[in-house]
Amino acid sequence: MARIMSLTDAVAENVRDGDTVAMEGFTHLIPYAAGHEVIRQGREDLFLVRMTPDILYDQLIGVGAARGMKFSWGGNPGVGSLHRFRDAVENQWPRPLEIEEHSHAAMANAYEAGAANLPFAMLRGYIGADLPKVNPNIKSVTCPFTGEVLAAVPAIRPDVTIIHAQRADRKGNVLLEGIVGVQKEAVLAARRSIVTVEEIVDELSPPSPNSVVLPTWAVTAVAHVPGGAFPSYAHGYYPRSNAFYIRWDEIARDRETFTAWIKENVLDTRPEDYARHAAKTSAKVA
Amino acid sequence: MMTDFTPTEMMTIAAARELSNDDVCFVGIGAPSAACNVARLTHAPDITLIYESGTVGTRPDVLPLSIGDGELCDTALFTVSVPEMFRYWLQGGRITTGFLGGAQIDRFANLNTTVVGPYDHPKVRLPGGGGAPEIASNCGRIFITMALSKRGFVEKLPFVTSMGHGEGGNTREKLGLKTKGPTRVITDLCILEPDPETKELTVVSIHPGVGRERIVENCGWPIKFAETVIETPAPTETELSVLRDINARTKKAHEGAGPGKEAA
Repeated sequence: MARIMSLTDAVAENVRDGDTVAMEGFTHLIPYAAGHEVIRQGREDLFLVRMTPDILYDQLIGVGAARGMKFSWGGNPGVGSLHRFRDAVENQWPRPLEIEEHSHAAMANAYEAGAANLPFAMLRGYIGADLPKVNPNIKSVTCPFTGEVLAAVPAIRPDVTIIHAQRADRKGNVLLEGIVGVQKEAVLAARRSIVTVEEIVDELSPPSPNSVVLPTWAVTAVAHVPGGAFPSYAHGYYPRSNAFYIRWDEIARDRETFTAWIKENVLDTRPEDYARHAAKTSAKVA
Repeated sequence: MMTDFTPTEMMTIAAARELSNDDVCFVGIGAPSAACNVARLTHAPDITLIYESGTVGTRPDVLPLSIGDGELCDTALFTVSVPEMFRYWLQGGRITTGFLGGAQIDRFANLNTTVVGPYDHPKVRLPGGGGAPEIASNCGRIFITMALSKRGFVEKLPFVTSMGHGEGGNTREKLGLKTKGPTRVITDLCILEPDPETKELTVVSIHPGVGRERIVENCGWPIKFAETVIETPAPTETELSVLRDINARTKKAHEGAGPGKEAA
């Protein structure tokens, strides 16, 4: 059963130095508050996993919390580069970053394989592409029925997956809505999981029998952190701050401005500070 | 026909014209997204636009900044998980057309969005492939849109992120692919098509007011022209006003609203 606890305690108990950590969210519901708590608690040597590492992973990389990253698209969507990620790969600042690079299709399949308790995923992928030449974790498998050669990648099995969701009930059952990405698979593939939520409610009341629900017995910890996805968004609560994503480009471009921003906005803040971003409005783009 | 338009506007509108109501189109972010939505708002109102975040049949009022803006989900017919998107819909062969952009392209329409320089010691680390490697192989055909420049249209790619026509000729068939691969490349100066035999990209249409020299000068390989080269029809008033309106709405939405101040 999931324990409902503070974000500080959830991270302290579940995220350890050296862990393989997936903080998922495909543009939507990115667990910023939880990622910042990981930075505040000074976790080190993390191996980060995410399909679309964006600003949050730029921050974790920039503070030196990561030894490596497995990913399929590392940019600031619609804006440009992740400058801290680039600085780590191109100049090894603040430390070298080992990368394991895949395609989206492979990562999505690999999470699904993890959730399904399979050792690897297969897909019709990477045909004619160069990634298999530089990533030894992209191999092939031959179909025993047709002889077709398919790409194979290892299942993703994080030590801990962290996601943000709209709401949980008091038992710790979790509801996700909107662009649900690969979060369900990422939680089910992991040994432990933390879910931060906008609201904790008496009745979960899923809007459809087919809603995406993670039952309390499949989640380790639930923390109430309203606004915890900002500057990403929570469908039905608050919109994505595209303005902040655009601004991040200048903040992260320079090591000093980045470091100052982290001190002011991460190290010197608390999870409760996110609440000012929480608002129940239509999730129109901002 | 209008005479006052920018090369980028011409590119977006020429790209939009490639699409029809029957297309089920996997949309890349940026220039492809603008073209696909101009098509939807002009001659192809029933086109199905799909973004890799899982939104199917989306009809955004403003162009998304990211592939997963809330606008896409709010206006979609339905939204699926990312594994379902890549497994059932893309790998399942349900997508007629993939619309891609890229940082670099070669004469066989292979794309690079991964690195400039050696992979292990890159001069510039680009974002990577995302969905592109499997979009390029699993969609029925691929359209590519990017501005023509020496930096972008290169003799040799440092890295093949997604394959177009590989080494040319029948590379795709040899690899067992049944999809067509890139069939049109729409730039800000001209439109290219792979030669039916060699698969080398060849100029088939030149935008109004553009001379052949300018195309030659802006391409990193000695570019060939088809035997018959037509002039791309200039944008119509409707096409231009639809494009300018959506760009204006988009700019306002991305810069204006929303808390732009420091994140916590």
